[in-house]
Amino acid sequence: MTINRHESLGLSDQDVLELYRMMLLARRVDERMWLLNRAGKIPFVVSCQGQEAQQVGAAFALDREKDYTAPYYRDVGVVLALGMTARELMLQAFAKAEDPNSGGRQMPGHFGAKKLRMLSGSSPVTTQVPHAVGIGLAAKIEKKDIVSFVTLGEGSSNQGDFHEGLNFASVHKLPVIVMVENNQYAISIPLKKQVACEKISDRALGYGIPGITVDGNDPLAVYQAVKQAADRARASEGPTLIETVSYRLTPHSSDDDDSVYRNKEEVEEAKKKDGVLTFAQYLRDLNILTDSVESDLEQSLKEEIDQATTYAEAASYAEPKSIYHHVYGE
Amino acid sequence: MAVLSYIQAITKALAEEMKRDEKVFVLGEDVGVRGGVFRATNGLYEQFGEERVIDTPLAESAIAGVGIGAAMYGMRPVAEMQFADFILPAVNQIISEAAKMRYRSNNDWTCPITIRAPYGGGVHGALYHSQSIEAVFANQPGLKIVMPATPRDAKGLLKSAIRDPDPVLFFEHKRAYRMLKEEVPETDELIPIGEADVKREGSDITVITYGLCVHFALEAANNLAEEGIDAHILDLRTIYPLDQDAIIKAASKTGKVLLITEDNKEGSILGEVAAIISEHCLFDLDAPIQRIAGPDVPAMPYAPPLEKEFMVNKDKIEQAMRSLAEF
Amino acid sequence: MTVEKIVMPQLGESVIEGTISTWLVEIGDKVEKYQPIAEVMTDKVNTEIPAYHTGEITAFHAEEGETVAVGEAIYSIEVDGKGTKEQQNVEANSKQEDQKETIDSQSMKTRYSPAVMRLAQEHQINLSEVNGSGRGGRITRKDIEKLISEESQKPKDELLTTPASENKSTNTEQKKKAFTQSLPGDREIPVTGIRKAVATNMVRATTEIPHAWMMIEVDVTNLVNYRNAEKDHFKNNEGYNLSYFAFFLNAVAKALKKFPQLNSSWAGNKIIQHKEINLSIAVGNEQELFVPVLRNVDEKSIKGIAKEVHILANKARNGNLTQEDMSGGTFTVNNTGTFGSVQSMGVINYPQAAILQVESIVKRPVIINDMFAARDMVNLCLSLDHRILDGVICGKFMSHVKEILENISGDTTPIY
Repeated sequence: MTINRHESLGLSDQDVLELYRMMLLARRVDERMWLLNRAGKIPFVVSCQGQEAQQVGAAFALDREKDYTAPYYRDVGVVLALGMTARELMLQAFAKAEDPNSGGRQMPGHFGAKKLRMLSGSSPVTTQVPHAVGIGLAAKIEKKDIVSFVTLGEGSSNQGDFHEGLNFASVHKLPVIVMVENNQYAISIPLKKQVACEKISDRALGYGIPGITVDGNDPLAVYQAVKQAADRARASEGPTLIETVSYRLTPHSSDDDDSVYRNKEEVEEAKKKDGVLTFAQYLRDLNILTDSVESDLEQSLKEEIDQATTYAEAASYAEPKSIYHHVYGE
Repeated sequence: MAVLSYIQAITKALAEEMKRDEKVFVLGEDVGVRGGVFRATNGLYEQFGEERVIDTPLAESAIAGVGIGAAMYGMRPVAEMQFADFILPAVNQIISEAAKMRYRSNNDWTCPITIRAPYGGGVHGALYHSQSIEAVFANQPGLKIVMPATPRDAKGLLKSAIRDPDPVLFFEHKRAYRMLKEEVPETDELIPIGEADVKREGSDITVITYGLCVHFALEAANNLAEEGIDAHILDLRTIYPLDQDAIIKAASKTGKVLLITEDNKEGSILGEVAAIISEHCLFDLDAPIQRIAGPDVPAMPYAPPLEKEFMVNKDKIEQAMRSLAEF
Repeated sequence: MTVEKIVMPQLGESVIEGTISTWLVEIGDKVEKYQPIAEVMTDKVNTEIPAYHTGEITAFHAEEGETVAVGEAIYSIEVDGKGTKEQQNVEANSKQEDQKETIDSQSMKTRYSPAVMRLAQEHQINLSEVNGSGRGGRITRKDIEKLISEESQKPKDELLTTPASENKSTNTEQKKKAFTQSLPGDREIPVTGIRKAVATNMVRATTEIPHAWMMIEVDVTNLVNYRNAEKDHFKNNEGYNLSYFAFFLNAVAKALKKFPQLNSSWAGNKIIQHKEINLSIAVGNEQELFVPVLRNVDEKSIKGIAKEVHILANKARNGNLTQEDMSGGTFTVNNTGTFGSVQSMGVINYPQAAILQVESIVKRPVIINDMFAARDMVNLCLSLDHRILDGVICGKFMSHVKEILENISGDTTPIY
């Protein structure tokens, strides 16, 4: 007998179905990008697969009308939940002029859109943590009810900017949520060769702030943790470090071959815990996701992604001469 | 007009801008209660409070990175690096993030941050409190680098930097702080970034330099005037991107060009200035382009005679100017 | 219906090729868009590649196990429907603005670069009379260099025809000259290559250098005896001849060491006295004469010199001499005696200071201690550049050569 866990979190059946739809959209968009890469249509993919539950669960816990985010390169689920469309993601994958993230200047996975209050990201990892803290500082100076949410991978938690940013936020009690998406691997390096502590969240102790570890495959657990952190932030109680534990189901990127450093059995085992599957089961058990709802959902997502792909492939690249634009304000 | 020292001009610019625009705030190590180790932010904490004059943890990448985030939000942060020598931990934030923010987001996000840092030697600061590190940043499109030579320029350029829509590195020569004084207008004078300034008109030789070396060159020029040598002195003021037109005009004027920097010679921005001149002024040149710079040793040692050997000074400049005039 | 050729995708940032491990479909199969078509192996990843169209596979362009470059066709597919033909991405066409030549054709005529100014001064060229080949009529460094090399050819023509004319014009147009006409039966030999170079050099040497001459007679009886005693043994051991010439070169090198004034070159406003003693020698084949150089002769034994002469002569015979072999001479020794000559006046090898001709060794009656004796005698003839050298120094040089040669023996001049 499956217990309804979302009601107590203030989520309606419609909310959790929408949450699931967003997770599934992220998964299907990601899968399409791999196909396009393997067909030679797009040069590069970096994946969200296995992390959709925590990404969408976390995003749903934010105030998506005013909070700021600094997503990292796997956060397809975060950016879709915040309002980026499948078409916009495809425009990014094809590096077309209409790509709202960078107009085709950056590789896929480098998100950013001011209209969504989503900070532009780069490739050096964890530089976004101090930026998110800067948003928190601005919110504090301006006395605005804003939460600044930032994500990164567990390997990136070794970077100086992680420490410098979290320490700054903690000293100044800034409204910041730092969520480490622990997917067990930094490219080929497993967790135990990245950190010696038991949990990434243990690091919070050094900053004098709460550190929480939750099951990243459970969107409701993540929702709850982020919601609480957001409440703390809004109450001027300072930042929270959240670790979401899951597993990276794909190679690091379309350029990587993961069979070199991990075996198939390990990946297959992890797939059983895949949040997209387990959450679907939860919804089925509660009769929220019926067969007809599910097949309609798959069909509508396929159409949405097909249209997005067709549109993006046919769209124009930026003019070559546009390379000279926007170095400085004009 | 009041006579202000270089550092008083900096403080005044900060105070005026913070008063004018509530988005402007200052962050850095010791900038608050202490008023800065050089006293550049003296009195600002009392006037504007701890939320706008922020003492930060000792972590340069965070000072830059948090400033960048606030700038993306729409604030006008003025971050202070205690010494330019200590800016290096923040290089990733400055070069990978601030410099590229507008470009990588296709004009969606911008980063109007000003990063101030005291640079330069001759103050017994040894290797790590004396360096000129502008060349590290001087091939990063997206950044602007300002190095004012006089109190008036310092004030007018800092105000422009704070109002600039893009990231500006603002390097202040620490020996100039209390050595240079001049009358500075009380008005809200903005000096445009990107424009060099002729500090002395002359017809025999052209000196192109920036920062404290402008002061040394002017002193040397006054001595040489008694010998009948008439030097033209161009102060670059903004060293990235360079004011090409002004460089070409100044070099062409006399055809004899001396370039001066306190930085180590090889790879300094003088090489770029010389390249601009050689690309555009071949038929106006009357002598090989000359350079005076710090030696190619890692940095300035502590012991006074060693420091003196490294530093560019009035005498070295005067000798080179005379030699070029006689060529 | 259209048939599309599908190419090997780039599977990774730096990947340049992929190997078809397995075809997952067969020719004639109907496939759906995104259906796996093949397994492909690359340096970075192993993966399935999907179809990009719905349609029928019509051909494979690579077999299993074959490695195909990225961008090369791997299979063809007949695409279903009309509208599915791939839409071409419109590559933004940046209009190439015509770079109009706005510079007036002569606007740069009087802008002289430092290199052009220097060359013009050194060679007394009036730049206002030079036509520039650069943009805007600018005189380039190459223009001047070409002019200088043409100038150096000029005196030849003028001397042959109009010795009185002092045509210093920089205009490159050559005046027509009235040369000797050939008669019926005459053979016309074009003046080219080596002959032309020799002609140029000789004209230059004889017109520019004020030559003076000097000859001495040397008794080389000792040398002849010494050489005759060693020559068979030497030939057996070394495989080449122990020539007299090697001894003469050795003696000249020693004397040049003592009188370096003769080891000099004329360089316009200065005389360059050379440290190295590099002797030019004349060697020939049937048609041509070459002047290769033996380097640092003062540092070599008789055997070393003989060997090098042998090698250079072989190279000359086979036409294998390089420019390197023939450059850098500081003094020339010419073996005119080979042909039986007993006296000659050599033309100096420009810009060297002198040339020494070694004539034929002949047995002649000579009075020694008021008695006739049959001695081996040789004449050495020196031509000298009177700008660089005068009689006194050359006389001393020649006496020293004579002294060395007359005292040659196994003690003074070991072969090894």
